[in-house]
Amino acid sequence: MALTRDEIARVAHMARLSLSEEEIEGFAEQLSRILEHVERINQVDVTDVPPTYHAVTLQNVLREDEPQPSLERETVLALAPESEAGCYKVPKITEG
Amino acid sequence: MSTKWETVIGLEVHVELATETKVWCSCKNEFGAEPNTNVCPVCLALPGSLPVLNARALEYTIKAGLALNCKIQRRSKFDRKNYFYADLPSGYQISQFDLPLCYDGYVDITLKDGTTRRIRIQRIHLETDAGKLVHAGDDVAAADFSLVDFNRAGVPLIEIVTEPDLRSAEEAGLFLEKLRSILKYSGVSDVKMEEGSMRCDVNVSVRPAGSTEFGVRSELKNVNSFSAAVRGIEYEQKRHIRILEEGGQVEQETRSWRDAQGISVLLRSKEDAEDYRYFPEPDLPPVEVTTEEIERIRATLPELPDALMQRLMTEYGLSAYDASVIVAEREYAQWFLQAVELAGADQAKAVANWQINELYRVMNEKELGPDQIPLTPEQLVGMLKLMEKGTITGKIAKTVFDKMVETGKDAETIVKDEGLTQVADEGELLAIAREVVAANPKVFEDWKSGKQSAAQWFVGQIMKRTRGRANPQLALKLVTQALEEQAQK
Repeated sequence: MALTRDEIARVAHMARLSLSEEEIEGFAEQLSRILEHVERINQVDVTDVPPTYHAVTLQNVLREDEPQPSLERETVLALAPESEAGCYKVPKITEG
Repeated sequence: MSTKWETVIGLEVHVELATETKVWCSCKNEFGAEPNTNVCPVCLALPGSLPVLNARALEYTIKAGLALNCKIQRRSKFDRKNYFYADLPSGYQISQFDLPLCYDGYVDITLKDGTTRRIRIQRIHLETDAGKLVHAGDDVAAADFSLVDFNRAGVPLIEIVTEPDLRSAEEAGLFLEKLRSILKYSGVSDVKMEEGSMRCDVNVSVRPAGSTEFGVRSELKNVNSFSAAVRGIEYEQKRHIRILEEGGQVEQETRSWRDAQGISVLLRSKEDAEDYRYFPEPDLPPVEVTTEEIERIRATLPELPDALMQRLMTEYGLSAYDASVIVAEREYAQWFLQAVELAGADQAKAVANWQINELYRVMNEKELGPDQIPLTPEQLVGMLKLMEKGTITGKIAKTVFDKMVETGKDAETIVKDEGLTQVADEGELLAIAREVVAANPKVFEDWKSGKQSAAQWFVGQIMKRTRGRANPQLALKLVTQALEEQAQK
């Protein structure tokens, strides 16, 4: 299954990645090979095999609902390029 | 010939869970805190931080599912829903894709004509709330920048998805009310639409009546109240019908509801539809829920509104209407049950009457919410006891009631301080009866010529003279006596 240039560009856009034309072509080829490999795996009959939801065999890792101290606001806001009124300041966003 | 149209509605309702802490970290889950004071590396998605599921968030999701008659997924998992937005630090929302914790439930709603409709719940999944954007300036379009508060980021959120079973704006409104009531009884959320702890998206389509295929739907976002949901649905329904009757085609699109203007505007079309690229969340192991665990959680559910309503009708003889307005809010139901416990079951109807006719009236006048009931059950029951003993009349009781609300004092104190004790002294009342009969010869003649209502008029006069403190049955008896005496003369 060969991926087209446009498909790569679209996936890159969704991941907010800026790729050059050469990179797009390179990834198109590499990702197509990966998909071909997955296609081969898909041929294995796994009808009676339960799905592996997770790579580790842990389950039900839970914590009690008890509050712990949060970070100081100054520390938090210092991480941002800009802040105002105790908030992170970001470029204008239209509703979504 | 004009086609008859049928509207098909499905809802996606988001509800914040009332846990102490957030879903993946131990920051406080608290409304109204100073911006960015309940944040940590996990909910800010700082590199290297890892989420750990809050046991109570899991329990509350299951509890909500059980309250809404859902089946519980024995083996569930979390997935990443990928998108970029400034209120989402991680660039993905942890949600559940193909194995939601709860599925196949239902809510029964009762329509105005008394018929019951069963609205199926497709699924309930647990996910993460995003932060809050504060737009500078009056509206989004005018703002140069936005401010972000991440206190809400990481608050546990459940999404309740219905099947497309609703057929009108009215049904959708009733469903939302019922859903809110059940979730509030369950204690899993405070379900306050005005604080955003309950939010809803609406899917609307129309089709020719009798058709079994669905029409093309539009999704309405930013619906921030029940009445907005009703208005939004009515608007979309008209918009779709107009397009179809003009021979056009409805586009599948997401629209934003502008409640102040009463219109919806296009947000994005199908071509721009989001591609969330879900995949299993690698940072969280799956969740397995045992039968014992489910039964333990089920046992923590209180009596829910439907069951309670039935009990109020069978056990206390209340009408369906009275029972429904008492169970509508958990606080109302608790108030009623406490009052009945104090007053005795034989007083249940009286309690209901006072609660519905007087208490709700006062609360309506004062614009009080269900968590601001201005009278204690003890106060009402104290007043009922005075009525039962004959200390006060029903008429005076209304005055006492208002004064109890006003002052917070008990009925006995008010009656004593204001001298409102019923006049039950026959001699005193008979004297007054004779006076009013003698003073109104014209009405007396009316009575004599057979006008029954004239006697009631005299009772009214006695009430006036005693400022409502006369026992009405006794007053009528004595008026009749005085009238007959006068006739003998």
